[in-house]
Amino acid sequence: MKNHKPNRHLRPISQRISVLSKAPTGIRGLDELTEGGLPKGRPTLLCGSAGCGKTLLAMEFLVRGAQDFAEPGVFMAFEESTWELTQNFASLGHDLRALVADKKLVLDFVHIEPSEIEETGDYDLEGLFVRLGQAIDSIGAKRVVLDTVEALFSGLSNTAVLRAELRRLFRWLKEKGVTAIITGERGENSLTRYGLEEYVADCVIVLDHRVEGQMATRRLRIVKYRGSTHGTSEYPFLIDEGGISILPITSMGLTHEAGTERVSSGVSRLDAMMSGKGYYRGSSVLVSGTAGSGKTSLAAHFAFAATARGERCLWFAFEESESQIIRNMRSIGLDLEPAVRGGILRIHAERPTICGLEMHLVTIHKLVNEFKPRVVVIDPVSNFAALGSDAQVRAMMTRLIDFFKMQRITALITTLTGGSTLVEAVEAGVSSLMDAWLLLRDVQNGAERNRVLHLVKSRGMAHSNQVREFLLTDHGVEMRDVYAGPSGALLAGSARDALEAREKAEALVREQETDGTKRALERRRQAMEAQIAALRAEFEVGQVEATKTIGQDQTRGGVLASDRMEMARLRQSDAGAARKVLKHKRGAPS
Amino acid sequence: MTTKSKTAAREAKGRPLAFDQIRVKPGGPRYTLRLYVAGMKPRSARAIANIKEICEEHLRGLYVLEVIDIYQQPALAAGDQIIAVPTLLKKLTPPLRRLIGDLSDRERVLVGLDLKAKT
Repeated sequence: MKNHKPNRHLRPISQRISVLSKAPTGIRGLDELTEGGLPKGRPTLLCGSAGCGKTLLAMEFLVRGAQDFAEPGVFMAFEESTWELTQNFASLGHDLRALVADKKLVLDFVHIEPSEIEETGDYDLEGLFVRLGQAIDSIGAKRVVLDTVEALFSGLSNTAVLRAELRRLFRWLKEKGVTAIITGERGENSLTRYGLEEYVADCVIVLDHRVEGQMATRRLRIVKYRGSTHGTSEYPFLIDEGGISILPITSMGLTHEAGTERVSSGVSRLDAMMSGKGYYRGSSVLVSGTAGSGKTSLAAHFAFAATARGERCLWFAFEESESQIIRNMRSIGLDLEPAVRGGILRIHAERPTICGLEMHLVTIHKLVNEFKPRVVVIDPVSNFAALGSDAQVRAMMTRLIDFFKMQRITALITTLTGGSTLVEAVEAGVSSLMDAWLLLRDVQNGAERNRVLHLVKSRGMAHSNQVREFLLTDHGVEMRDVYAGPSGALLAGSARDALEAREKAEALVREQETDGTKRALERRRQAMEAQIAALRAEFEVGQVEATKTIGQDQTRGGVLASDRMEMARLRQSDAGAARKVLKHKRGAPS
Repeated sequence: MTTKSKTAAREAKGRPLAFDQIRVKPGGPRYTLRLYVAGMKPRSARAIANIKEICEEHLRGLYVLEVIDIYQQPALAAGDQIIAVPTLLKKLTPPLRRLIGDLSDRERVLVGLDLKAKT
C-alpha cells in the first residue's frame, strides 16, 4: 500500500472548477426559473413557433442587460429591419434608439435575399463573423442575440457549409465570452427546423403558443440547462406593455409561516362566530353559495373592513364591473368609492373568458406584485371552471392559494354553487385547500327563501357550529340566530318571525296569568287587611265603650260619694268633712 | 441606370444575351463588380483569379472590378450585406446579384452576370 498520502488531485469539485456563472436576464420570473439567469459566456438556444415571443424575449434580455446590468448587447436580426425593431419595441416601452445612441446596444439587420444569390463555388461565412465581431467590439458587448440565424438556410443552399459554419460560429461566440441567445424556428419533429440544438448544447429554452379551448396561452419550458438545476415544468408567460413576465407558478411547497394575527371579516357577528376575532391573517377563506346568497356582499364587508384598517385591498371581479360593484354595495350601506379613489382599493374587473386559466394566474400574480395588497378578494372563482378541466382548475387554485400564503395575503375567494342537492360536495376539491369555509345557503320556508350561513370550517380556532340567518340590510350584512322548529327544520325569515310572534304572545299570556294570580293574592291580602281593620274598628268601638263605661262608673262612684256627702251635709252630720271632699273634687280634672 | 436597360436586362433573361449587343452601346463601363474576400486565403486568390479571367473573356472594357478585403473594410462589407465570402457583388447592371463562392463554377457565374440564361 503505497498510497498513504491524500490524493492531491482529488479536491472538492467546487475548488477545482468555479461554479457556472450566470447572466441575469432581468426578465420577471426567468431568473427564478433558471436560478440566476442564462449561462454566462455561452450560447442559449431559444426556439418556438412563429409569434410565440422569441424576438421579444431575446430583445428584453439585451435591453435589461444594457439598462440594469451594464452589459451592452448586439442584436443581429435576420428577419426584421432595425427600423421595424425600433418601432415594435417602442410600443412595448423600450426606446432602442436611445440605447443605440448611448452605445449600449447595436442593432444590425442582416438582409438575405435568396433571389439575389447565386452560388458559384466554395465559401464560408467569414463575412458574418467579421460583421458580428465588429459590432461586439464597437461597444464592448457582453450579450449577443442572433434572431434567427436559420434565415441563412433560406438563402444559402449548401447546408454542409452552413452547418460547419454555424458550429464554428457558436464556438467562436463562446471564445468571445459573450452570453448569446440564438433563436430558432420550431421544427416538425425536432426543436428547431434545422437542428440547431445539435450545436447549442448548453441551454435550450422552448417557447410555445398553444390554443386550448379557443384560449391561447404562451408557455415557456427549459428543456436543458447544462451544469445547472432549473424549473422543468411549462410556465405560462405574459407579454404586455411592461414586457415579458414569466411566473414560476408551480406549487411552492408548504413552507409558509402561520401567524396568529387575526383580521376582521367586517361583520362583527361573524367575527363572534370565530372566537370573536375573525380570520387568521394570511389564511384563505372560501365563501361558497348559491346565486344571490350574498357572497359579494360578504366579500365587500371584508374589503371594506380592510380598507378601513388602512390595508391595501385588491379585488378581482369576474362578473361585475367596478362601478357596478360600487353601486350595488352602496345599497347595503358600504361605500367603497372613497377607498378606490384613495388608491387603497383596486378593483380589477375582467371577464374570465378573456384568456386562459394560466393567463389569469399570471395576471393575478402580476397585479399582486405591483399593487402589494394585504387582502385579496376573488369574486367569483367558479367562472374558471369553464376554462379548464377540474384538475386544471384545482391546480390553478393550489398555485394561487400557495402564492397568497407565501405573500401573507389574506384571500377571500367566492364560488358559486349550483342550487342543487349536495352543496358541500361541489367544492370538496377546492375547499380542502382553504383555511376557512363559509357556506351561504338559501332555505325555503313556505313561500320565501331566506339566507343562512354555516361556518363549515375554520382551521385553528374555536368556532361556532351554529347556523345563522344572514340578512342584507341597508346598513350592511346582519346575522341573526336561526330558530329550529319543533321538527328540527330551520326556521328563518317570516317563519322565524311568526314563531317569534307566537312565542311573544305565549309569553304575554303567561305574563297575564301571573298578573292575575298576583292580583288575586293582592285581593285576598286586601280582604284580609279589611277584616283586620274591621276587627280593629270593632275592638276600638268596644274599647271606647268600655272606657266610657269605666268613666261613667267612676263618675257614678264620685257622684255617689258627693251624693252621700250632700246627704250628710243636708243631714248636717259631720259638715266639715263634707266640704273638704267637695273642694277637692272641684280642683282636680275629671 | 435607366429603366430602359432594366427592361433590356429582364428581357435578356429568356435567352443568351449576344455579347456584341452590349458592346456596341456607348457610354463606358457597364458592369460594376465588387469582389469581397477574406484576407489572402487560397480561396480568395482563387476567386480573384476566376473573376478576372471571366471578365477579360466576356466583358473586356465594359467592367469595373474592385476587390475588397472584409478585414480591411468591414464597414463596407456590412453596408453591402456581405455574409458569405467570397462574394462577387454585381452592383451594375441591374438586377443586383450576389455571386457567392470562389467563382469556380463558370456556368453559374455567367448566369449570375446575366451573360447566360439559366438552364
